[in-house]
Amino acid sequence: MFHTVEYVQQMAVKTVIQKLQILADAAKYDASCASSGTSKRNALGTKGIGSTEGMGICHAYAPDGRCISLLKVLLTNFCTFDCRYCVNRVSSNVERARFTPDELVRLTLDFYKRNYIEGLFLSSGIIRSPDYTMEQIVEVARSLREDHGFLGYIHLKSIPEASPELIEMAGRYADRLSINVELPGTEGLRQYAPDKSEAVIRGAMHNVWQGIEDNRDARKSRLLRRAKPPRFAPGGQSTQMIVGADASDDQQILTSSTGLYSRYKLRRVYYSAYSPIPDASADLPPIRPPLVREHRLYQADWMLRFYGFGVEEIMAGGSAGMLDLTIDPKLAWALVHREWFPVDINRASREKLLRVPGLGPTAIGKLLSARRHARLRLNDLARLTSSVKKLLPFIEAADWSPGSLTDSPGLAAHITSPAEQLSLF
Amino acid sequence: MPTIALSSPTDWAGWRNAARILCAQNVPPEMVDWHCGAGQAGLFTDAQWSPPNTREGSTDPVRVPRGFLGLSRLVICHRDEQRFARLYRLLVRLQRERGLLGNAADPDMDWANKCAKSVGRDRHKMHAFVRFRKVGERDGRERFAAWFEPDHRIVELATPFFVRRFPNMDWAILTPERSAVWQGETLRYGEGASRSDVPDADVVEAEWKAYFAAIFNPARLKVTAMTAEMPRKYWRNLPEADLIPSLIAEADDRSTAMRTSSVTDPSALSRRILRQS
Repeated sequence: MFHTVEYVQQMAVKTVIQKLQILADAAKYDASCASSGTSKRNALGTKGIGSTEGMGICHAYAPDGRCISLLKVLLTNFCTFDCRYCVNRVSSNVERARFTPDELVRLTLDFYKRNYIEGLFLSSGIIRSPDYTMEQIVEVARSLREDHGFLGYIHLKSIPEASPELIEMAGRYADRLSINVELPGTEGLRQYAPDKSEAVIRGAMHNVWQGIEDNRDARKSRLLRRAKPPRFAPGGQSTQMIVGADASDDQQILTSSTGLYSRYKLRRVYYSAYSPIPDASADLPPIRPPLVREHRLYQADWMLRFYGFGVEEIMAGGSAGMLDLTIDPKLAWALVHREWFPVDINRASREKLLRVPGLGPTAIGKLLSARRHARLRLNDLARLTSSVKKLLPFIEAADWSPGSLTDSPGLAAHITSPAEQLSLF
Repeated sequence: MPTIALSSPTDWAGWRNAARILCAQNVPPEMVDWHCGAGQAGLFTDAQWSPPNTREGSTDPVRVPRGFLGLSRLVICHRDEQRFARLYRLLVRLQRERGLLGNAADPDMDWANKCAKSVGRDRHKMHAFVRFRKVGERDGRERFAAWFEPDHRIVELATPFFVRRFPNMDWAILTPERSAVWQGETLRYGEGASRSDVPDADVVEAEWKAYFAAIFNPARLKVTAMTAEMPRKYWRNLPEADLIPSLIAEADDRSTAMRTSSVTDPSALSRRILRQS
């Protein structure tokens, strides 16, 4: 097992700033920074500090365009696992550090009081044992909640191998729990994360889902109305998959997401383009992160959850199991399903409108409400959505019909602007 | 022609009061002149016109859908000079056109929705980008101050959020036109202030900047995605923004170095752990 003396020696001289540099750097490959969708609460009438009001807040943006909402750090980047894609794997020579729970509690509160953050996202390398590590993570959350009356957002990474009692405790203090599946298939995990087991990960997700369900039932129960049980992860459960580290294609990734959404009622699946890490393992590609692919997967994920598309339908717009990188997947689907169009914006159902490239649920909500007053023309539509031009080939309005434009062979080329897409790399 | 003088640029209660009376009397929107600001005390300043007593008149009650209250509260905070007049026009139209509020394609509603959205965004950015600096402690309470420059007149609209979040610290949020001070159990609004009224540093900023730099992934540089959500106009009041130019400048070299550096062997320590686990 790991020797405490050795990491005490390694860490003794590090300041909190040095630890932050190491342990935030090690945490940044986790894409999630959400602070939304948990229970609403505030510190009025308490001795504590903090609030959550439904909407998350991004307090800063890094030059990578990512939102900084939470203090996202590892408790330690020492790890006994050897997952190839991970910057913290045991065989890497990155510099190691470890926070004490007290240091993390102090940092979280100091940042929160200055309005830098919405709360804490705490993860960790596995040291000594999964239970020992999980205990340390839970202790930080417990101290924030119980010793300091902290009501801000807490996202904890659950360690799949930790005992269910510890996960139960974590769920009581945390707004969100997450377990990363990292790679969509069993084969990928076997090859790249030899210490992880798909069965264990799925079992842990099942337990968290069960915890959330049981808690909801208990809170609803008439018998328990007098004393409601404490909440369990009111912000739900999420996971992350790394894109581009192994050979999985988009179809496998999206199929895996669909299963996770339906089986464990996940709030979110995050896709993280595999990004070169310091001191990378030899069996990983020295690539630039496939950011466009990641973006297309997020768009497809939205189509699955909010637009009523199935994986097969989405993949029909791509080829050989991969989404088209040059155009968004909804447009790609529309281009191979011209027979659906044009859609009459004055008559079509919500479901049909959701299939129009460039129309989203918000604009459709406004459109359905506005068309009760008058037959909508293009000028009206311009007030409901940001870009009417994109819609033209696919819709009919009171003063517009696309005629042969919908079926013209040059439509795809006309819409696509390759120069713009390439600049994303 | 009635001239209505409101007590402040965001006097929603005063506007509502006057608008309700005018509307009940069927005064057409183009007949009303709206003003606000100091030296214009009194609701109705025009000697030629005074509000008929609504209790005696047999006027129809003025009704609006609930959503109009929230909408008008937001729009009042907008810098659009025409906001009082255009909101009044909407109120008059709403008496006849009951579904108007749901018609986002209507030009008046479009204007109101855009104003409300812009004020809402400004409020959201204020909640996000206010940066407190510690001033000291008094009676066991920590004291903080922040300087912020909002686009619209949102200080009253945006500060209750900070009360709910930080009731047990004392704090002041200062802006060029207005200030808000929370002390003990009361929130007081006052005159505008200047940047120099707030300390120019805080010890924790060094840790925050270290975090900001470390959480940035140089292999994913996307400057436009950052500026879309955190426009440059906010940077001068964000301590971490000082780092942005150098983070951008070094990004390419850092990410190239990660891709091209040679693979290292595990250290003796990690080999031992690998064997043991």
